[in-house]
Amino acid sequence: MTDNTKRPGATRAVPSKGRREWFADWLDRHSSQIFIWPAVIMILVFSIFPLVASFIMALSRFRLRGGSYQVRFVWFQNFEKQIFGSEQFHFLGTFKGMGLLGWIVALLVTGVVVWWIVRYLRTSFTVIGFVGRLFTWGLVLGVGWLMAATFFSGHPFGTLGTTLFYVFFGCGIQFIIGIGLAFLCSLPIRGRSFFRVVFFIPLMITPIGVGYAFRMIADTTKGPFSPAWQWFGLGDFSWASDPWAARFFIMIGDSWQWIPFIFVVMLAALESVPRDYVEAAQVDGASSWDIFRDITWPQVVPVAATVFLIRVIEAFKIVDLPNIMTSGGPGIATESMTLHALFAWRSLDLGQSSAVAYLLLFVTVVTCVSFFNLVVLRRIRS
Amino acid sequence: MTLMQRLFEPRSIRTMAPGTKVIVYGILFFWTAFVLFPIYWVFITSFKTASDVNAGPVFLPFVDFQPSLHAWKELFVFDYKDTLRAYANSLIIALSATAASVLIGSMAAYALARFEYKPKFGVVLMFVLMMIAVFVAVGRFGVDWRISTAVGVAVFVFLARALGRHFKASLSNGDILFWMISQRILAPIVVVVPIYLMFQQVRLLDTHLAIILTYTVVNLPIVIWLMYDFFRSIPYDLEESAQLDGATRLTVFWDIVLPLSRTGLAATTLLVMILAWNEYLLALFLSTSKAQTMPILVAAMNAGERGILWWSMSVVIIVMIIPVIILAIILQRYISKGLLLGAVKG
Repeated sequence: MTDNTKRPGATRAVPSKGRREWFADWLDRHSSQIFIWPAVIMILVFSIFPLVASFIMALSRFRLRGGSYQVRFVWFQNFEKQIFGSEQFHFLGTFKGMGLLGWIVALLVTGVVVWWIVRYLRTSFTVIGFVGRLFTWGLVLGVGWLMAATFFSGHPFGTLGTTLFYVFFGCGIQFIIGIGLAFLCSLPIRGRSFFRVVFFIPLMITPIGVGYAFRMIADTTKGPFSPAWQWFGLGDFSWASDPWAARFFIMIGDSWQWIPFIFVVMLAALESVPRDYVEAAQVDGASSWDIFRDITWPQVVPVAATVFLIRVIEAFKIVDLPNIMTSGGPGIATESMTLHALFAWRSLDLGQSSAVAYLLLFVTVVTCVSFFNLVVLRRIRS
Repeated sequence: MTLMQRLFEPRSIRTMAPGTKVIVYGILFFWTAFVLFPIYWVFITSFKTASDVNAGPVFLPFVDFQPSLHAWKELFVFDYKDTLRAYANSLIIALSATAASVLIGSMAAYALARFEYKPKFGVVLMFVLMMIAVFVAVGRFGVDWRISTAVGVAVFVFLARALGRHFKASLSNGDILFWMISQRILAPIVVVVPIYLMFQQVRLLDTHLAIILTYTVVNLPIVIWLMYDFFRSIPYDLEESAQLDGATRLTVFWDIVLPLSRTGLAATTLLVMILAWNEYLLALFLSTSKAQTMPILVAAMNAGERGILWWSMSVVIIVMIIPVIILAIILQRYISKGLLLGAVKG
C-alpha cells in the first residue's frame, strides 16, 4: 500500500535525538500503515482465510478412519446433494407436483420478473448493472418457484424456506411494529424517556435467555397462560409439535428481541426531523397521518432503509432461538440454515456443513447487495 | 361538534385529543407489559421450587407461592465454581474483546477518515492467488502448513515490492471501507469451522485468547462503520494545529481525537459489549469447559435427566442480564445517537 496524507504533513520543529525520539519519529512517519494494518491483518486471518478454507472444505468429503480423518476432493458433489440429491428435502423441501395455487404463484412470480427485466432494459443498461440484476432475478425466480412447489402446493419446505420466512416475514413485522412504536413515542406524550428505556431492554438480553423465557411462557401446561389455553380447550395442544405454531413462536421471540433495535434508531431519526415543518403542517390542519406520510416519512426513509438492511443481515444468522426453543423440530420445520450447518457439523459431516454455510452466504450476499443497490442507495441519493 | 370530533381532534398543536390519547397510551402500556412480562416471569421463576413450577402457573410471590432461594444457593453456594468461572470467563472475554475491537477498529476508521490509501489492484489479486497457492500446497500436496504459509508470505512480500509499482489500477479508501464493513454480512457459521481447525492446530482451543480474537474480528466491522462517521464529523483544524506544535499522529489520535468522539465511543462500546457478552454460536465451537461463557452455561441447563431446570436457568439469565441492563440504562442516550449517525450516512 502506498499512501500520502491528505494534507501535507507538518515538518517537525524539534530535531530528533536519541533512540526514543528516533523511534517516535519512525512511528509517526509510518503512522498511516500502523493505524490500518492491525485491522487488515485480523480480518485477513480470521475472516478471509477461513472463508477460502471453508469453500475448499465445501468441495471435499471428510471421512473418519480409525482416529484420523481422510479428506477427498469431490468438486461440487456436496452442493449437488443439497440441491438435487438425498438432502434435497432437508434444504429445499419436498416436491410432489404443483397444486393449482402453486402454479398461480409460480406464474405470478415469473410475470413479475419478466416485467422487471423488460422495464430495466427499456430504461437503462450497463453491463455491471445487468450482471448484478441477473443474480437478483435468478434468486427471486428460484425462490418464487421453490415456494410455489413446496409451500403453496401444501408440501413441507426445507431450511432455505424456513430461513427466508424468518428473515422476510419476521423482519417485515418487526419493521412495522418498531416504526409504529417509534412514531407513537415521538408524539407529545408524557414519560417518553421511561418508554424509551423499557422498550430498549429486550435487545440486551442474551438470545439464549429469550429462547428459554419464551419456551417457558408458551408452555401450555405450566406456563403463565396455561389457564387460558385450557379454557380454550387447547390444554393438550403442544405448539412445539405443530410446524406453523412453532415457527410463529420462534418469530415472536425473535421480534420481541429485535423490535427495540428498529424502535431506538427510528425514534432518534423521527426526533431529528425539524419541528417547524411538522408544526406548519399542523397549523394548516393536516392530520397526523398526513403529516407522517408526507413530511416525516420522506425525511426518515434513508435511515429506515439502512436499518432494515442491518436487520436483514443479522436475521440471516438466526440460530439461537430455534436451537433453544425447538431444536429445529418438529422434524425440520423450524431449522434455520445456520442450525442445519451446525447439525451437519455435529455429525462430523464437515463437507455438507460448509456447503450449507456457503449456500447461506450466497443467498445472504445476493439479497443484501440487491437490497443495498436497488433500495438503500436510491433512497440515500434521492 | 359531534362526539367523535371532540374525542379525536386536538385542541392545540402541542396536545393530543382525549380519544387519541387513550389509544396511544393504551398501545404503549400494552407494549410495556409485553416487554416486561417475560422478564418478570423469569425473575419470579428464579425464586420458585420445582413443585411451584410444575403445579401450574403461580404469579405473585408471597401470595401465590413462598419464594425460596434454593436455586440461587445451588448455583452460588454448592455449584459456585462452575457458575463463577463462567461468569469470570464471560467478563474477561467480553471486556477484552470489546477493548481490542474498539481500539483496533477506531484506529482503522481514523486511518480511513484521515489518510489516503491506494492499494494496487494487482497486488491484491496477487495476494489472493498466493493464498490459493498456499491452500493447494497444503491440501493437495501435503506440505506442512507452517512452511507453506511462511514461503507464501515471503514470496508475496517480495513480489509486491518488486512488481507493485508497475500496476496501474488502484483501489480507494471507499473500497477498503466497504470491504471491511461488508465482513458483517458473513454469517459466523461460514467461517467458524476453519477457525476451529486453525485454533486446534496452534493448540489454543478452549482458551480465552481464541475467543477474544474471534470476537474482536467479528465486531470490527461495526466499530469501523460507526467510528468512521464520527471521525469524519470532527473538524481537522484541531489536529492540524496540534501537529504543527510537534505532536505525533499517535498522540493526536490518543489525546485529541478519541476524547472528542466520546459519544460515538460510548455507543460503539456498549453495542460491541452487548454482542460479545451474548454471543453463542462461536463460543459453542471454541469452548468446551475451561473457557465456557455464560450463554453456553445457560444453554447447558437443558441437559440432564431431570429435564430443564427452569429455576436454575432463570437465576443464570437474571445474573447475566443485570450488568448489561444497568450499563445500557446509563449509556442509553448515546446508543441511539451513535447508531443513528451510522445509519444516516450508511
